[in-house]
Amino acid sequence: MSVLQVEEIGIAFGGVKAVDHVSFRVNEGDVFSIIGPNGAGKTTLFNLVSGVYQPKYGKVLLEGADVTGLEPQTLARRGLSRTFQNLQVFFRMTARENVMVGRHLKEKRGLLAHILALPATARQNRESAAAADAYLERVGLGGYADTPAAAMPYGALKRLEIARALAAGPKVLLLDEPAAGCNAVETEEIEKLVRNIADEGTTVVLVEHDMKMVMRISDRVHVLEFGKTLAEGTAEEVRTHPKVIEAYLGTHGSKEAAVALG
Amino acid sequence: MRKLMSNRLAVPAFLALLVVGLAFVMPSNFYFRVAALVWISALAVIGLNLLMGFAGQVSLGHAGFFGLGAYSVAILPAQFGLHPVIALIAGGAGCALLAFVVGRPILRLKGHYLAVATLGFGILVSMVISNEAWLTGGPDGMPVPRLALFGWRARGADTWYWITGGLMVIGALLAVNLVASPTGRALRALHDSEVAARVVGVDVGCYKLIVFVISAVYASVAGSALALVNGFITPDAAGFLHSIQLVTMVVLGGMGSILGSVVGAAVLVVLPQALTVFHDYEHLMLGFMMMAFMILLRSGIVPSLSMLIGGRRA
Ligand SMILES: Nc1ncnc2c1ncn2[C@@H]1O[C@H](COP(=O)(O)OP(=O)(O)O)[C@@H](O)[C@H]1O
Ligand SMILES: [Mg+2]
Repeated sequence: MSVLQVEEIGIAFGGVKAVDHVSFRVNEGDVFSIIGPNGAGKTTLFNLVSGVYQPKYGKVLLEGADVTGLEPQTLARRGLSRTFQNLQVFFRMTARENVMVGRHLKEKRGLLAHILALPATARQNRESAAAADAYLERVGLGGYADTPAAAMPYGALKRLEIARALAAGPKVLLLDEPAAGCNAVETEEIEKLVRNIADEGTTVVLVEHDMKMVMRISDRVHVLEFGKTLAEGTAEEVRTHPKVIEAYLGTHGSKEAAVALG
Repeated sequence: MRKLMSNRLAVPAFLALLVVGLAFVMPSNFYFRVAALVWISALAVIGLNLLMGFAGQVSLGHAGFFGLGAYSVAILPAQFGLHPVIALIAGGAGCALLAFVVGRPILRLKGHYLAVATLGFGILVSMVISNEAWLTGGPDGMPVPRLALFGWRARGADTWYWITGGLMVIGALLAVNLVASPTGRALRALHDSEVAARVVGVDVGCYKLIVFVISAVYASVAGSALALVNGFITPDAAGFLHSIQLVTMVVLGGMGSILGSVVGAAVLVVLPQALTVFHDYEHLMLGFMMMAFMILLRSGIVPSLSMLIGGRRA
């Protein structure tokens, strides 16, 4: 059974069909990539799947259960979390605190105990902080724990978002352009991290413009254009798919297409 | 982690020392009285700062809760013979309930829309208080029975100085506790990015409601304290101008700073008293100084100064 299944989903903004009857299935533990030119609807698709937008039609199934239209916090409880293409970091908090928020669902939430700072709250804070530090270490931000997010470099913030999402313990993790704006070294680190996350059993749905990375780490690739599915298959199948080549020729020119598609 | 603990308690400890220390240098009853008014405003402002500074939600109607707390200790003892302390608690509970009911629809709104909705709430409360003269004495206000505990009567500015100072320190302590807890992290998170908070499981609507209710209780208790100190209460306590004053204190002192809440309250309570030497130009000076403060210390007095001094956040 596929852990995440999207059936004929769609939404329109005004006249723009941002996502138009898109369907796919993601197998457990896979890296499933969604590619396509800017404005193809990738982020919108993530917003639909993660409950940020309500689809106009279609369905989302998580572990076989219909979760269409559920709120993001409910989906998080069910094991779906995500990062954002445009940074959504808690800038007034430290890196550690950012990731501690990711532990929210695992935390004891007795308001009275919090206001009175009972020993249980102090214990909870210590537990969350320790967990957060471990996640920071995992994404390679161990040295940043006490740094205010506002003072961190862009590449580090991208990984901070991944650490925060991982802290929620998701079964399915949606990553929206995790390597965008990162240099070659950082991109390579992120690629390793994504592979590592998938190897440990978390299913990854990846939107990424770095085609080399996509082709190397994806189990399957789904191609969107103008909100519609253009093709789907293994990296090799997609790379040699005539429609995909044509689409990339159309937008990037032949040389760039060759480079982009590896 | 130990350092974090001591950090958290530094501000309430400092405030406790301040309350005790100031008591030794107060030259007269008048000063005790002004200080008690500062502690009362500070209490309400700490609560409002939890809402505005930490959770990033505005309320232009918080004097409504302040007024309801004030009238609780006036009306409940007069009508039902309740002890003022019970009336204070009942007022707080009533405001919590009201904030819960009103907050549910209102807190879905954002930014200016939320501002206008809370403004409407505040105006509604002050209108009701002004109009129901049979219960509240109308625009002329009503007397508040004296507080007596086990035969001991609370009177005199110094007594109220200690009671209100104690309330303020407790309020500050509970606030820093909250901020450093999982709930506090959820509130600060939704301030910066609601969507990011939601995708890791934070029920944003629920947390906004929680902090709105908490801040309403702070305002209510502060209102009750003011009524008891003054022995008299008028609808101004619930009025629009008072709401604006509370918001100004939050912003002036520093959003997201508990110490700033007390400083903001102190400045806006003390400054008008100090500026009376300017006679006719008193309000002009006050407005000028507020503008100067915000231009020179744009993050509010306490955060700006602590940034200037060496980067540590208060
Ligand atoms: N909230 C929105 N309101 C209006 N139009 C939107 C909104 N979100 C996305 N769009 C439009 O939907 C299309 C797909 O956008 P997006 O999903 O961001 O593409 P991608 O992530 O693939 O670059 C674009 O034409 C964009 O302008
Ligand atoms: Mg996008």
